[in-house]
Amino acid sequence: MAKKTPEIPSASMADIAFMLLIFFLVTTTMDTDSGISRMLPPPVPPDQKNDDDVKIKERNVFVVLINKNDQLMVEGQQLQISELKEKAKEFIENPLDEATLPEKEATEIPFFGTTMVSKQVISLQNDRGTSYSMYIQAQNELAAAYNELRDEISLRKFGKKFDNLDTDRQEAVKDVYPQRISEAEPKNYGGTN
Amino acid sequence: MAKFREESSKELPPVSTASLPDIVFMLLFFFMVSTSIKEVELKVAIKAPQATEIKKLEKKSLVSNIYVGEPKKQFVKNMGTEPRIQLNDQFAEISDIGSYIEEERSKISEAERPFMTISLKVDEKTKMGIVTDLKQQLRRVSALKINYSTRKMVKEE
Repeated sequence: MAKKTPEIPSASMADIAFMLLIFFLVTTTMDTDSGISRMLPPPVPPDQKNDDDVKIKERNVFVVLINKNDQLMVEGQQLQISELKEKAKEFIENPLDEATLPEKEATEIPFFGTTMVSKQVISLQNDRGTSYSMYIQAQNELAAAYNELRDEISLRKFGKKFDNLDTDRQEAVKDVYPQRISEAEPKNYGGTN
Repeated sequence: MAKFREESSKELPPVSTASLPDIVFMLLFFFMVSTSIKEVELKVAIKAPQATEIKKLEKKSLVSNIYVGEPKKQFVKNMGTEPRIQLNDQFAEISDIGSYIEEERSKISEAERPFMTISLKVDEKTKMGIVTDLKQQLRRVSALKINYSTRKMVKEE
């Protein structure tokens, strides 16, 4: 029988544990998934032929085309990507009720009462040769346009940014500026590829 | 003489348990971190495009990933340099998307199926052609909730 076993020094144990913990925390890259969320349009039944194209009036559609050289054409004119957001905001909001910009419809929305909601739709069309990064930039700018408008109205109405509102109010703001970005059926723009 | 108590004590000193919580916490953290990540070995090089208007994806269990990018160096010999699709651990063709989605969908409880999200992790240099095909396939199997995976933009343009 051993007379005595020297006690394992445990004072540094905590330090070792923390060191390991920090090591694992640092080395494992927590791959947080983040990105731009979109809904795809439901599949078109084969017997139905592009009906919805007809239903929407031209003034309500904001057409964004990107060709295979990553050039942008918005509503018939060439535009830089940096200008897209302002253009889209102007279109969505239509502050002066111009005849070329989307119609508005009076809608009952909680917190806001009867509000004129624009019937806007943004149609983003790309060529098969468009680069993905350009496409994402365009998606991003369009999303930014909606987000800025929502932030503006949230600040005006509730004194807070959109992200800081509760769910009900967020829904209401979303109703005022509904995000409608349509990702059109694939077509070829800018020649063959 | 009273100072030299060690000499008089004959029993074993008890193992200190003071650090046990630390060890347990460490293990806990380790398992939490390592199990939440589904380790997929990427066979394609993906550099996600940057964006500012990004949202975090909630509920990882509802997210299925589709990777698109150029094959990594060691696969170039077999797969070429054109952007390819990777599902789970292997290269796939555009026609495999449907069955992949069905398989992923069957892993999710029925109540949560409408919330299934497809995360498209696409390299920024990829052309839209393959992405468009991908989206058409997803529409066909009614996997409509998608998410374009992006990085947070480091600096304002």
